Amino acid sequence: MRLLYFAWVKEKAGVAAEDIEPPENVATIAELIVWLKTRGPEFANAFARSEVIRAAIDKSHARHDAKIKGAREIAFFPPVTGG
Amino acid sequence: MIRVQQEDFDIGAEIARLKAGRTDIGAIVSFTGTVRDRGGAVTEMTLEHYPGMTEAELQRIEAEACARWPLQASLIVHRYGALKPGDNIVLVVTASEHRDAAFEAAKFLMDYLKTRAPFWKRESGPGGTRWVEAAESDDASAAAWKPKRAAE
Repeated sequence: MRLLYFAWVKEKAGVAAEDIEPPENVATIAELIVWLKTRGPEFANAFARSEVIRAAIDKSHARHDAKIKGAREIAFFPPVTGG
Repeated sequence: MIRVQQEDFDIGAEIARLKAGRTDIGAIVSFTGTVRDRGGAVTEMTLEHYPGMTEAELQRIEAEACARWPLQASLIVHRYGALKPGDNIVLVVTASEHRDAAFEAAKFLMDYLKTRAPFWKRESGPGGTRWVEAAESDDASAAAWKPKRAAE
């Protein structure tokens, strides 16, 4: 699946987009975050305050308990500040 | 209608286009959000967004407003990229037969856009560069509309 990062999540992770295949046992957004944090200090730092990180699955807002099975694109970003 | 663009918009021209040839509209409300310098602390603002989701989310927000109020026309224009203090950021226009629907829908669109549209502001100034933090008051404003959504 395609992962996208925006704003300070992108800056801290040091990557804007990547294609990854998480392990089979990673079923939700929350579990994906836990797994991403194990990929290195940049990701551990980017997702340190995981409770403030927002996510979207295929361009729709998704809660941390949302299932990721079948998702083509998952995005992680801080709370939005437009308008 | 929604638009996401780098270039500026002309509020008068947007309203003129929206009401061109229409004689059924009785009330038009517009809201414009602009870049503040916050007492000289901000010299530039950069707006990042999530292409694709931004458009989809703005369309969802607009559709929700149209489902809740008898709007005859609506428009959301949101800019991205590098902006300066005084520059326009966002325009919301609502048109209806009577003013209440237009006023309420315009506020609803802004309240929802503030908490749901995937934009992020980064401010630069003499003190450095920082990502703008989301305001809790924005969440409260958006949440205040929720009781009325029970009918959905």
